[in-house]
Amino acid sequence: MKIFVTDAAGIEHELEGLDGWRAMEVIRDWGVGIRAECGGACSCATCHVYVDAAHFGQLPAASDDEEDLLCSALDRRDNSRLSCQILLSEALDGLRVTIAPSAAGPA
Amino acid sequence: MTEEIATDVVIIGAGPVGLFAVFELGLLDLRCHLVDILDRPGGQCAELYPEKPIYDIPGFPVVTGQGLVDNLMQQIAPFAPEFHFSRMVTGLERLGDEGFRVTTDDGEVIRARIVVVAAGGGSFQPKRPPLDGIEAFEGKSVFYSVRRMDDFRDQDVVIVGGGDSALDWTLNLEPIARSLTLVHRRDEFKAAPASVNKMKELVADGRISFQLGQIARIEGEGGQLNHVHLTTKAGDLSIPSTRLLPFFGLTMRLGPVADWGLELNDNLIAVDTEKFESSVPGIFAIGDINAYPGKLKLILSGFHEAALMAQAAKKLASPNERLVFQYTTSSTKLQRKLGVVG
Repeated sequence: MKIFVTDAAGIEHELEGLDGWRAMEVIRDWGVGIRAECGGACSCATCHVYVDAAHFGQLPAASDDEEDLLCSALDRRDNSRLSCQILLSEALDGLRVTIAPSAAGPA
Repeated sequence: MTEEIATDVVIIGAGPVGLFAVFELGLLDLRCHLVDILDRPGGQCAELYPEKPIYDIPGFPVVTGQGLVDNLMQQIAPFAPEFHFSRMVTGLERLGDEGFRVTTDDGEVIRARIVVVAAGGGSFQPKRPPLDGIEAFEGKSVFYSVRRMDDFRDQDVVIVGGGDSALDWTLNLEPIARSLTLVHRRDEFKAAPASVNKMKELVADGRISFQLGQIARIEGEGGQLNHVHLTTKAGDLSIPSTRLLPFFGLTMRLGPVADWGLELNDNLIAVDTEKFESSVPGIFAIGDINAYPGKLKLILSGFHEAALMAQAAKKLASPNERLVFQYTTSSTKLQRKLGVVG
């Protein structure tokens, strides 16, 4: 499966996704700049991404924890999610996300 | 002039790795002072995930972030480390062969033979809202924490956020502020339920106001705020305001570490894997802040780095002393230091 990730510079990366991995882990593993400070504990908001319309509705609803954290993200939009909470599966093949400015980090 | 504190080691960062370094250094008779920007020990474990389970600490099938910190504090208690909380190290000056002079943003001066940087992802700093020109208001009418309550007396205060800080300060400042408005993007709060209920009572009594929305723009002159503009579902709203307290949580920044002349590698401190020493002799870096080939950002890696660093630090601090490697299971000398035998 593939996921498409647009980085802070606006460049889109086509990444090989892995079933059962979290989108954040794939992004980080491929070296696309994302801060992901807490390492996937759903405790910060530095893996914040915007999800494309085609896939946003397919994602399970955000937990209360995630919702609270998204509220603390200053660049939240209607299609915001934390990429550490997006569990990849074949159903999400072709997922497109854009790293939010507040989550962009060094590659 | 502040009196200088003298110690063997200054550890910058009181996260799990900095705490465990106290243990390893303590077994070698090196006394430690720790400086941390947070107001309590634990670093990310305490600030980001105190309640979250960690599964990869050897010997603990599961332990929470706070549980690990509590255990480490107990483990290092025999070495009586001294903590300087809510402080940031701003200056690090080399004193020839004598070691280093470390200065904090509170003006404390600590002289030490060895400096250990265990600063993790950097220092925690409040998140700054992306509002045009907010920098000019900071410290004058926009604050990210309350240092002096009097700064808010008889002011029109706007507090933004839905966590404990936002709620606590809403309750604390209500009696002294001229007016107080709490702004949050949701009608749900991640704060102690008792505080939330109290806040709702204050709203019901008309003593404070609550706005469901977000801050769009601030207005004022010469750093002095006079209006806060909000976007709410009901439309745009402008509130007269002389003080703004945004509580959007903390984020990590490398901070002054970048200015200390250490060789950096992608904002991480380059170290060797024998001593975990930086490019400046006597300054070591352990835990998430360092970089070397094969580095894994795991707490357990930081523990290993602390043990090896301590051996090297001891050799540097006491060059003429023969260092005998001992185990805590068998050495009565070490057990005496730990206070487990008389």
